[in-house]
Amino acid sequence: MATAESWITSARQGAETVWSLQGEWTVHHAEQISRAISAQVAAGARGGDVVFNLAGITSLDSAGAWLVIRSANALRASGAEVSLRGLDPKMNDLMQRVTEAAPSDKPPVPPARTLLDWIAQIGEAVYEIWDQLLDLLAFFGEFCQVFLRAIVNPRRLRINSIVSHIEQTGLNAMPIVGLISFLVGVVLAYQGADQLARFGAQVFTVNMVGISVLREMGILLTSIVVAGRSGSAFTAQIGTMKVNEEVDAMETMGLTPMEVLVLPRVIALVISLPLLTFFADILGLLGGGLMCVLLVDMSFKQYLTLLNQAITLSQFWVGMIKAPVFALLIALIGCFEGMRVSGSAESVGKLTTRSVVEGIFLVIVFDAFFSILFSLLGV
Amino acid sequence: MAMVDEVVSGEAVAGEQEFKLGSTLPGDRKDFAVSIRGLVNRFGKQVVHDGLDLDIKRGEVLGIVGGSGTGKSVLLRTILGLNVPAEGDIMLLGENQRDLDEGDWRRVQARCGVLYQSGALFSSLTVAENIEAPMREHSDLDDDLMDQLAALKIQLVGLPLNAGDKYPSQLSGGMKKRAGLARALSLDPEVIFLDEPTAGLDPVGATDFDQLILSLQRSLGVTVVMVTHDLDSLVAICDRIAVLLDKKIRVGTMDELMRDPHPWMQAYFHGPRARAAGMGKTERPSGDGHPGDGHRGDGHGA
Repeated sequence: MATAESWITSARQGAETVWSLQGEWTVHHAEQISRAISAQVAAGARGGDVVFNLAGITSLDSAGAWLVIRSANALRASGAEVSLRGLDPKMNDLMQRVTEAAPSDKPPVPPARTLLDWIAQIGEAVYEIWDQLLDLLAFFGEFCQVFLRAIVNPRRLRINSIVSHIEQTGLNAMPIVGLISFLVGVVLAYQGADQLARFGAQVFTVNMVGISVLREMGILLTSIVVAGRSGSAFTAQIGTMKVNEEVDAMETMGLTPMEVLVLPRVIALVISLPLLTFFADILGLLGGGLMCVLLVDMSFKQYLTLLNQAITLSQFWVGMIKAPVFALLIALIGCFEGMRVSGSAESVGKLTTRSVVEGIFLVIVFDAFFSILFSLLGV
Repeated sequence: MAMVDEVVSGEAVAGEQEFKLGSTLPGDRKDFAVSIRGLVNRFGKQVVHDGLDLDIKRGEVLGIVGGSGTGKSVLLRTILGLNVPAEGDIMLLGENQRDLDEGDWRRVQARCGVLYQSGALFSSLTVAENIEAPMREHSDLDDDLMDQLAALKIQLVGLPLNAGDKYPSQLSGGMKKRAGLARALSLDPEVIFLDEPTAGLDPVGATDFDQLILSLQRSLGVTVVMVTHDLDSLVAICDRIAVLLDKKIRVGTMDELMRDPHPWMQAYFHGPRARAAGMGKTERPSGDGHPGDGHRGDGHGA
């Protein structure tokens, strides 16, 4: 390990102190050199003029040059006259260049955060949420306008695009939605049968599975999967188009992005989510049925009979009626966040995440509203 | 520098027999910044490079040109070790990737700086943090010194000091390139590779950037290898030009290349754009009548 002396030595010559710098003053040794300089300054704070003898430097890069200039500046600040001599002419350009570019001693330090900053930040965040809510409402308003225009003039509905999005968001989601619902049906029945057995009321497992799947589980799980699957896809698709300036290109061609991009996606999801929910309901009931047959002593036919007695059509509709509303929420949020993408690919990722989180959040909030509404209505 | 004379003397035989520009230089291969022998790159059935040789002197500015799809970027990636060639021997700063273990090769890479076409700044870090990233990885500098060096690099490339606190997304295209260059210079590399440094800049910005590269090259004594389509850059700052053609490479000064009878070379160096860039006048800032005489190479500090 090189000692401080291998970089810098100091000697008194008459009125001046001569600092002889030597070795490779490069970025790879900068830390050692920096420490050697500090040691030198601490040891030799004797005032008077200082001469830097640079003849011993065998190689110099911008980091090394900076260290020379920094120490010279520091000495000058303490009142000493500093001169440099003996620099290899080949390194002159570099020294010149670094001197010109030398930053002020300390780069500006951002002021420390105070309590007030924190409060201001919270305020800003609240305003931001409020602004975003207004933007979302405006977006919804614009959507309604475009939608009504399309209803009046159905040629504006892009049927091909709608069908393609139904395929992507509905048909392609069937395996995963089906599997999840089936398993949740199994779990519900299994847990339910276990608990109800204590009362000898195992047979009511059927009621439990039927009502919870139809009213809540089917629609909620489907919506969450779709928000994760299709809401994010909408944001990413539209966002990428924003980044590529495709949306701008569309606009300058006289096409309305709302009509071309948003409308087909929203309509497609409003059609496919109820269908998916129906599919999820059926598979959830089948999963529950499987467990009832296995755990509770009944045949599949008995299960269906009991189910028929346990649930009414209104239970089914309570679940289904929510589907188009949730679909609208998910699709609008997905498209809205996609349209908010600006600039970089990074913002696509950020807004896609946000679209999923907001989509799921709103679905659950609206689900709670529906519960309150239904209980007030006595359904 | 004996090797330089050899290159220039190539002019004497030009025009006789078959025109041939060598892409190798005499001398010990370990002394070159980059030395390539027999490089073969192929993707599926498509052969991009076939037996390509190239030597790049320390301290020179070499421009690499070629039509689209001739493998300029692939060549750059191969030199940097990002692309494993089918065949061939590549020496970067006198070291061969095949002979080194992972850690040693990383240290060789740390002696190179790269400016990617769109800057490739880490988007989650500020400009100053971007510049400090290689320092954190490859040196033991303390935070204060690192901040100062980052500020120095920011000033060196002509950015305002407050650019250090900005994120890449807040910068214009030209500023991103400068920030990318500052990061490439972070560890005072011995050689920097620039991938189309002036693409996407306006002519004024491009000229500024050319001059910046040239002045940094002179003061830092660094070797510059740049892929470019910008004929103005070629005229303004390159000592020698390497042309990728027919899966091989031809290297020479502007004058030499302009005499090459190959149709593509004629089209490239005598087309309307080339004339507009002032090619053939060989008027260069350093211009003492000997383009590529390598006197800048002497300035190398090490």
